[in-house]
Amino acid sequence: MADTGVLETLLQRVEKVDDGVDSLAVATSLGVDHQVIVGAVKSLQALGDVISAELRSSKHWELTEEGTEIAEQGSHESRVFSCIPQEGLAQSELMKLPFGKIGFSKAMSSKWIRVDKAHEGGPRIFRTVESIDDQVREKLLLVQKGHSTQLEEKEKNELKKRKLLSEVTVKSYWITKGNSFSTTITKQETELTPEMIASGNWKEKKFKPYNFEAMGVAPDCGHLHPLMKVRTQFRQIFLEMGFTEMPTNNFIESSFWNFDSLFQPQQHPARDQHDTFFLSDPAHAHEFPQDYLERVKKVHSEGGYGSQGYKYDWKIEEAQKNILRTHTTAVSARMLYKLAQQEKFTPVKYFSIDRVFRNETLDATHLAEFHQIEGVVADYGLTLGDLMGVLHQFFTKLGITKLRFKPAYNPYTEPSMEVFSYHEGLKKWVEVGNSGVFRPEMLLPMGLPEDVSVIAWGLSLERPTMIKYGINNIRELVGHKVNLQMVYDSPICRLDS
Amino acid sequence: ELCFEFGLELDEITSEKEIISREQGDTKASGASDVILYKIDVPANRYDLLCLEGLVRGLQVFKNKCNRYQCDLPVDPMFAALHSPQTEAVRPHAVAAVLRNITFTQERYDSFIELQEKLHQNICRKRSLVAIGTHDLDTISGPFTYTAKRPGDISFKPLNQTKEYTATQLMSLYKTDSHLRHYLHIIEDKPLYPVIYDSNGVVLSMPPIINGDHSKISLKTKNVFIECTATDQTKAKTVLDMMVTMFSEYCAQPFTVEEAEVVYPDGKTCIYPELAYRKEKLSGKFINQKVGINESTEKIAHLLTRMCLLSQATGAGDEIEVEIPPTRSDIIHACDIMEDAAIAYGFNNITRTTPRTYTVANQFPLNKLTELLRQDLAAAGFTEALNFALCSQEDIAEKLGKKISEMRAVHISNPKTAEFQVARTTLLPGLLKTIAANRKMPLPLKLFEISDVVLKDETKDVGARNSRRFCAVYYNKSPGFEVIHGLLDRTMQLLEVKPARGEGYHIQTADDSTFFPGRCADIFVRGKNVGRLGVLHPDVINRFELTMPCSALEMDIEPFL
Repeated sequence: MADTGVLETLLQRVEKVDDGVDSLAVATSLGVDHQVIVGAVKSLQALGDVISAELRSSKHWELTEEGTEIAEQGSHESRVFSCIPQEGLAQSELMKLPFGKIGFSKAMSSKWIRVDKAHEGGPRIFRTVESIDDQVREKLLLVQKGHSTQLEEKEKNELKKRKLLSEVTVKSYWITKGNSFSTTITKQETELTPEMIASGNWKEKKFKPYNFEAMGVAPDCGHLHPLMKVRTQFRQIFLEMGFTEMPTNNFIESSFWNFDSLFQPQQHPARDQHDTFFLSDPAHAHEFPQDYLERVKKVHSEGGYGSQGYKYDWKIEEAQKNILRTHTTAVSARMLYKLAQQEKFTPVKYFSIDRVFRNETLDATHLAEFHQIEGVVADYGLTLGDLMGVLHQFFTKLGITKLRFKPAYNPYTEPSMEVFSYHEGLKKWVEVGNSGVFRPEMLLPMGLPEDVSVIAWGLSLERPTMIKYGINNIRELVGHKVNLQMVYDSPICRLDS
Repeated sequence: ELCFEFGLELDEITSEKEIISREQGDTKASGASDVILYKIDVPANRYDLLCLEGLVRGLQVFKNKCNRYQCDLPVDPMFAALHSPQTEAVRPHAVAAVLRNITFTQERYDSFIELQEKLHQNICRKRSLVAIGTHDLDTISGPFTYTAKRPGDISFKPLNQTKEYTATQLMSLYKTDSHLRHYLHIIEDKPLYPVIYDSNGVVLSMPPIINGDHSKISLKTKNVFIECTATDQTKAKTVLDMMVTMFSEYCAQPFTVEEAEVVYPDGKTCIYPELAYRKEKLSGKFINQKVGINESTEKIAHLLTRMCLLSQATGAGDEIEVEIPPTRSDIIHACDIMEDAAIAYGFNNITRTTPRTYTVANQFPLNKLTELLRQDLAAAGFTEALNFALCSQEDIAEKLGKKISEMRAVHISNPKTAEFQVARTTLLPGLLKTIAANRKMPLPLKLFEISDVVLKDETKDVGARNSRRFCAVYYNKSPGFEVIHGLLDRTMQLLEVKPARGEGYHIQTADDSTFFPGRCADIFVRGKNVGRLGVLHPDVINRFELTMPCSALEMDIEPFL
């Protein structure tokens, strides 16, 4: 808070005039630094509507360091003139003086002095006039006293060129009376205290207004990761739809459950070293349901269950190879096999959201591991129309209502459909997931009844999260390179809004 | 739009000029053609759509523009290919056929070569399963012999070379060939290499690497001898069928092919191409039920015919007889036919219905516990991190002051980089790396993660299992052991475990090279060690490129289920 004296003086000044005063003019007339007045203005503003102050900027002329020196001691040329005695001065002596060189040439051009080059003992300088009129100094003095308006623009510019003057921009306030103008200041309380409440004297006090423009203090708390927030919402959606969560806590899977049980042939490119992470330790799985394995082998190599099969030499060694699972459908296969072992088939709806691994080339949207969201429904007589109906309900919960389906190929579903939704922002259809009906060659060897159909769909968790939180590089979202500030700042996740 | 309905994806519309300028810069593109190219994504099992000929035919049939794709191929005088026993160990199958009086134009020729290349990449699995060779029949004479010889004994002038090389020389010559070097491994370490000779001893090809220059085809070639050698006979037949059905329309007598007889070492003979038409019978009810539509048997037969599956109602109830042409090797089950009916009907014309499946939802208990704990740990002031399950050996061993041989880690055999050498056995390195990447953030940093690590476990069918862990770190100017200890107390409170020996929880001095000596304790819950907490060893802090003291906690949460 500025000195109360200054505040009151300023208020008195404002009171005397009708159309207001300039803070700079007040500072000059009070003989104080302009910043003191600026401080007073700020303090008065904080008291409420006592005054109103409008920020203005004006240009004015100021003396440079050299200019100030001249205003005090005279211009270089006048100092040269005054140091030359009647009998003259050796040029070499003059040049030794700090102002000698410039002063000499200026004094010469003003014809105040002359040089006698033939003088014995070297060139010597003599006065040519009796007295001089040091106009430069006078002009500078005018500026110094704040009367620069008395000078012509041309003169000022000339002095500017000599680096004696500079033009500076000054910000000042134009101060006028506010709605609750008063020349006296009441000291305001900043906060309510327990004592005030006890004594009741808060009734007489005036309180300093709060600055509602400022931000509050951030609460001291932890934050959940945005990808996990989205995962929670997807879990919620599945649970709302009556889907039971599958136990997907097994990253290591055998090729048998990941591929063979899904009727994915052993030469399929997805089973290539370039696409899948194989294990060196433990390299092989050692336990399979033996009769089921035989049925899988037969359907691949010879066919059966109405299928031609792939007609190739199916090898147990290929099926034993351990891998990092490439999809959570490996778990769905285990669950469906388990379901088929029940005495009596019961309809099920399953879901899972967990990590899967691909030995792929990495880029801004692809990592070697990502989360797969998967939904599976097994019941008697499910149709392709049912699959599309379930997908419609699922995506509606995500706020996506415009869906269409494109035929696609997938080794373990037939029909297979890619799911597209209309993106209002991009004005085009974008792929949002994959879906299909599991092939009989996958289901029948498990022992599921022939008239049971299993429909399924999948999508990645990362993609909708990146869209939701506006993240372009997947590494800023997943993994240790995450930007924690992004985690701190991420809003709650409501997928349908 | 038509493509979308048919299951094709129009990737982009571009021109050769655009592609070259994108890949090699504008200067090289100036001479290239401006003709508009349509890049189309074809479903991976539809080999019949890989060339323009097949694609156009398929779409025309789909749009009812021509009724059915013809490909009746009468038998002509036979061509014999002798098959010798030596090939058994390296590439046991061979099939062949002849296209007579074909007329190539530049476009047809290019498409012919392109189809071979696409088949090689696709169904042939980069030539490992099947390799295709095409030859100018007028430069060679049958019968041909398919045999296998020692690399040093095979010598010929390969395609587009000026002199003869032995097979051994060729293998080293092609080591640097950007295209062919990818196929060398298929036969490289075999004692005998496969080779095809004509009756005069001219080398046709050394599959799956290269053809001979002598019999190479050109725009002027009239009669084409096509051979496919393979490790998978079914695929060889499919590939041969595909080659002849796609290009026999350019023969003087369209859609004809000349057969070749293959004589096996045991004297058995086979005639190729097989061009097997298969008939399947299924019911209209089956299609209606699986798709969820209600169409007449005749309408369904018509839908299938539009998909190149000539079909008709037999009149016996709602029975439909479907003919599967040799071009549709992807049809192996009635469900494939059902899909084609659905595509022809239009996926987006099918009424979307809600199944009446009644089920009660259950959460997986471990995930339920995880979800609940996460919420309260964030409320306790810790921020959730999310790290990779794969990492380097160094991350889980050396950097923590441990030996990899002592970890029960699962090792990956084919990692492309060190980041994917092992599955993590602890969550701690991930959290420390997260801190290292966020050193500019204001202190203290308080992080946690609840996620799975992977441990070897002999009792499991795959020899490994996941373990759900909770890990937290506190990073500040002072170690803050009391903060991490307080978090343990809070966690136990949340899990309803009281501080007490025996039935409750307690911590007890432990030795661990990851932690500062004397500043580490084991966590015991109901007498069982579930984890550890302490102040990290300065060496560990340094190895993770950190500068401040740090305390950490890691424990198994599965015992709390």
